Amino acid sequence: MEEENKKNTEEHDILNIENLTVRFETEDGVVHAVNGIDLKLGYRKTLGLVGETGAGKTTTALAMLRLVPNPPGVVECDRLEIDGKDVRDLSVNKLEQVRGKDISMIFQDPMTALNPVFTVGEQIAESIEIHEKLSKEKSLEKAGDMLEMVGIPRQRANEYPHQFSGGMKQRVVIAIALACNPKLLIADEPTTALDVTIQAQVLELMNELKEKYNTSMIMITHDLGIVAEVCDDVAVMYAGRIVEQGSLEEVYSDTKHPYTEGLFNSLPNIKNRQRMLKPIHGLMPDPSNLPKGCAFAPRCNYATDACKEAVPKLLCVKGTHKVACSRYESDPNFVIERGKK
Amino acid sequence: MADTILEVKNLKKYFKTSRGMLHAVDDISFTVERGKTLGLVGESGCGKSTTGRAILRLIEPTSGEVIFEGKDVTKLSKKDMRHMRKDMQIIFQDPFSSLDPKKTVSQIIAEPITENKIIKGKLAIEERVLELMDTVGLAERYINTYPHELDGGRRQRIGIARALAIEPKLIVCDEPVSALDVSIQAQILNLLKELQVKLGLTYLFITHNLSVVNHFSDDIAVMYLGQIVEKAPSEELFDNPIHPYTQALLSAIPIPELGHTRQRVQLKGEITSPIEPPAECRFAKRCMQCKKEICTTHIPQLLEVKPGHFVACPLKQEELGFSIQ
Repeated sequence: MEEENKKNTEEHDILNIENLTVRFETEDGVVHAVNGIDLKLGYRKTLGLVGETGAGKTTTALAMLRLVPNPPGVVECDRLEIDGKDVRDLSVNKLEQVRGKDISMIFQDPMTALNPVFTVGEQIAESIEIHEKLSKEKSLEKAGDMLEMVGIPRQRANEYPHQFSGGMKQRVVIAIALACNPKLLIADEPTTALDVTIQAQVLELMNELKEKYNTSMIMITHDLGIVAEVCDDVAVMYAGRIVEQGSLEEVYSDTKHPYTEGLFNSLPNIKNRQRMLKPIHGLMPDPSNLPKGCAFAPRCNYATDACKEAVPKLLCVKGTHKVACSRYESDPNFVIERGKK
Repeated sequence: MADTILEVKNLKKYFKTSRGMLHAVDDISFTVERGKTLGLVGESGCGKSTTGRAILRLIEPTSGEVIFEGKDVTKLSKKDMRHMRKDMQIIFQDPFSSLDPKKTVSQIIAEPITENKIIKGKLAIEERVLELMDTVGLAERYINTYPHELDGGRRQRIGIARALAIEPKLIVCDEPVSALDVSIQAQILNLLKELQVKLGLTYLFITHNLSVVNHFSDDIAVMYLGQIVEKAPSEELFDNPIHPYTQALLSAIPIPELGHTRQRVQLKGEITSPIEPPAECRFAKRCMQCKKEICTTHIPQLLEVKPGHFVACPLKQEELGFSIQ
């Protein structure tokens, strides 16, 4: 039986996106937030979506849930499947059956993600009531179970968000997101607003729950340390494109893209405090005015004139490891500094 | 010979609340050497920013002394304090709200110069502004732009230029890179380090980011609920943390490397309220090593357990062979 289940779920991926683009058409011009990305995520896998402010990580996630406001947002893609289901043309009613049930999202700021005028119990029960079609009492009962699962006593279900601390609020948000056992959980910087010791507790909790419920997860973060702790695969985004993608091992131990290298070099190393930081010079390009060729070329130490001409394709280098850098295409012996040691 | 530029003695800052006195900063003492950096770390609400502000008297300390170059600044009159602030400056956390949106870059940087009448004459001031912009790596073309036109990294550079404008000796850096992306964060950290060497600056570096503080500071003081629980040279603190809270804090840093297996020190329970805290170890309720008796009957005192390494944990002090009273 288990074998069979396994087979069924391995026929397709939990998430399959092809050529996703999102642009915002504003009065001041067109903002190209996401510029053609492909993403596939297997069952029970966790993908880390890494990048800096404005790289398009959150917009990508919102597009998966079809939450990009239109206007001004325009979403286009060749394929957008969640658990094998095409969600591109679903009606709003149908979509609501998918959101919260098949796919759900944890937002960055637990302080604003909760509704201040409802008790936390009611807020958790809401999605249970809608998706599992249970009575109000039964849903509240289950909401209590969920609270206990995230480590909050069920008696506190009748309290309001302001009575909880930041870490507790984020636990409530996690409880809401997991209330209906979603197959795919998108966590958008879930611990950025929290203190380190609380962050450690929340990450531990998410890891446990993910195992327990076989949830697949996309972890959006700018923190390469968190990725190393929770993710199986990594995709590094820059200016709306994926520049490097692969397993944790491939991207961390065999870094290929100059931008990924730049990110690693910008981080203080706690074991070697004498090391000088090597920041990436310059700034991320304006998404309403992207350069013609590789978007990273103006900041890249390895860039050649050719890099400024054509947008590099995301090509496979080895195994599942892909990189979008023209230097590898033109020169088979090209190695970045980090790869030399 | 140690050249102490700043000495803080028994500094307290209490706030009145409807439920009693909130002990934001509760009897802390430390010294900072000239040309060095002291990192002040701790989680939100531990009183680190309040400490920084109380030192500059941007908020009035409740009691205690702040001795800057031999003078107790808490006893100065308002006018003398203004004068004193020429030597003591601050860089704020949020480059988005700490700059006046109605002023141009040059007006913001020139303000402390004209206020303190350091340089007179329009041309001379403009020249100085350009020099400062060059020092912090801001291109000349931004001189007439407004803060909202610039990104976070550039705004933080304006904040640094403004702090440098009157050639201070001490700069309190209150989370100067927390609002910035990693690649920009590294640019600003490198800039601050360069300036320290070039201008002989002393920093009090306040942050919650442990990897940054380790990289940046000579000494580190760890704060918990208004008190310093441990203080040591950075390397010593990271190699041999003694206080259970420091241990938990250090083990919680996510490390961007593979195959990093570590024993994580888990914390339990809720944070003790800083309002009228009981006379016991404030960390006792969350501490995994807490032994009821010694931890709740003794008010922890900061003791030097090794040369330069101070710890306020009665349990550890006893373990290390110090008699506690």
